[in-house]
Amino acid sequence: MGDAGAPQVGAQTEGGAGTEIKAVPARHPGRWIGTIIVLYLLLALIHAAATNPNFAWGVVTKNLFDGFVLHGVVNTLYLTFLSMILGVALGTILAVMRLSPVRIISGAAWVYIWFFRGTPVYVQLLFWGSIAALTGKYVNIQIPLTGIVVIPNIPTVHLIPPLVAAVLGLGLNEGAYMAEIVRAGILSVGEGQSEAAASLGMTRLKTLRLVVLPQAMRVIVPPTGNETIGMLKTTSLVGATIAYPELLYVVTQVYVVTFQIIPWLLIASIWYLIMTSVLTFGQYYVERYYARGSTRNLPPTPFQRLRALFARNLTTTHAPEAKGPLGPGPLSEAR
Amino acid sequence: MSVAADAARTPMVKAEAVRKSFGRLEVLRGVTTEVMPREVMVIIGPSGGGKSTFLRCINHLEKINGGRLWVDGELVGYKQRGAKLYELRDDEVARKRAEIGMVFQSFNLFPHMTALENVMVGPVQVKKENKATVRTRAEDLLERVGLSDKAGSHPAQLSGGQQQRVAIARALAMEPKLMLFDEPTSALDPELVGEVLDVMRGLAEMGMTMIVVTHEIGFAREVGDKLLFMDGGVIVEAGPPRDLISNPREERTRQFLSKVL
Repeated sequence: MGDAGAPQVGAQTEGGAGTEIKAVPARHPGRWIGTIIVLYLLLALIHAAATNPNFAWGVVTKNLFDGFVLHGVVNTLYLTFLSMILGVALGTILAVMRLSPVRIISGAAWVYIWFFRGTPVYVQLLFWGSIAALTGKYVNIQIPLTGIVVIPNIPTVHLIPPLVAAVLGLGLNEGAYMAEIVRAGILSVGEGQSEAAASLGMTRLKTLRLVVLPQAMRVIVPPTGNETIGMLKTTSLVGATIAYPELLYVVTQVYVVTFQIIPWLLIASIWYLIMTSVLTFGQYYVERYYARGSTRNLPPTPFQRLRALFARNLTTTHAPEAKGPLGPGPLSEAR
Repeated sequence: MSVAADAARTPMVKAEAVRKSFGRLEVLRGVTTEVMPREVMVIIGPSGGGKSTFLRCINHLEKINGGRLWVDGELVGYKQRGAKLYELRDDEVARKRAEIGMVFQSFNLFPHMTALENVMVGPVQVKKENKATVRTRAEDLLERVGLSDKAGSHPAQLSGGQQQRVAIARALAMEPKLMLFDEPTSALDPELVGEVLDVMRGLAEMGMTMIVVTHEIGFAREVGDKLLFMDGGVIVEAGPPRDLISNPREERTRQFLSKVL
């Protein structure tokens, strides 16, 4: 690597072919027109938002951090988190089932996915909201098909309170989507990997856990991040179906009384945007982590990019490219 | 002396009229051969001739459809009680595979692990050996294949030749009684072939029983104790490498050799 003594090929020679190019940049009138149109529309939008009193920005700023609202935010996050855990766990099991050589097992997974992807999640949540209409007010927990009762007479509301109903409704639905994502991830790992693991004497389960799934993560993680962001927004259906106090439910409770519909919907929207932005940011780092081993050099993080940008603007010369924090550094001289 | 002679009488691999077909395509049509302990058998032949399939049958990556195949005196994939054959369970097959090392044409290193982790994972996870002991052994093995300085590198940071040497170290870490090489140098740039063959040569000198599918005739002549020429799912010709290469009896062998030499 130390080529300090080597002659510099193509170094700046005075005048002639070696001088730096200083040319008049080409004109792009189309770009200018486009920029002006975009700015004009943006200004019109801001003007409308600022002058239309119906937006009631005062109400928005006054209540944005209201304890009531924050409570809804926390509940939404909690619901998202629990539902995704259920969805990912279920999805992994279903994916492995679908790849099973036993027809009944793979068939069962197929039917599950078919059903839960084939019906709207809103309808599924309505079912869970009306679960008592299916089970009656009291439930007996019994061993299926035997009639042997283990625990008798539990009130349905105790067994399945709104939070459980919401998590089951969202999680069971999510499991169907996650199953396809995990399956795609598993299938993306080459057969040679399983063969190499097998030749070391690993069983199928060990191969899956130690070799296939860690590599499948690279394919699984990005869409799972999208699913999480989608889930965060889907929780807004829970208020209307199960009466669990997530963000939108809380906001609705207020505006049905005050009739300040628009400002309260704005409050909800602002919080949803904040939460999805944070998730997007986190997703980037998780993806980066699972990209280990698949690329020689990881792309810089947003922070590193920002720092590089500043460094470049300050010195105007080319700042050294930010280096990934992973590994002991000399990735580039590995050969 | 007599004990050693006794052990030497059990072939490490014994194949008797082994047949294998994929659907209607018959890939092996009665393969019969024997490899004794400490012997190096080299298999050559045109693509699609059944060499790789035969190798993969030995550690049961492929199930045979007919004939019998033994490794170290035990049937591959089955156990026999009386006249009946019983299929082995998943974990029993795995336990037998653990005693056979295999090196693939495409290396198949685990890309999410470092070189050292690749070498360690078998003994630690399969044989449940102590991690510290395995680490020492893995470091020794990497040194033996000339890669101690690459222990922390991921496969993507290594050249093909380096990857294949790690793959050999990974197989050796399981302390196998038999090593199978499936065209280990075919995916390598010509200038990287030598470093891999050197490692294999060293292994043969140490008395490892090896079966090598390869196109490297030079290696076959130098290192092999026995050379097999396979084509059309059968062994066309077998014998000591030097004789077979310089004096093939079969026309088909002569044709093939004239193309690769």
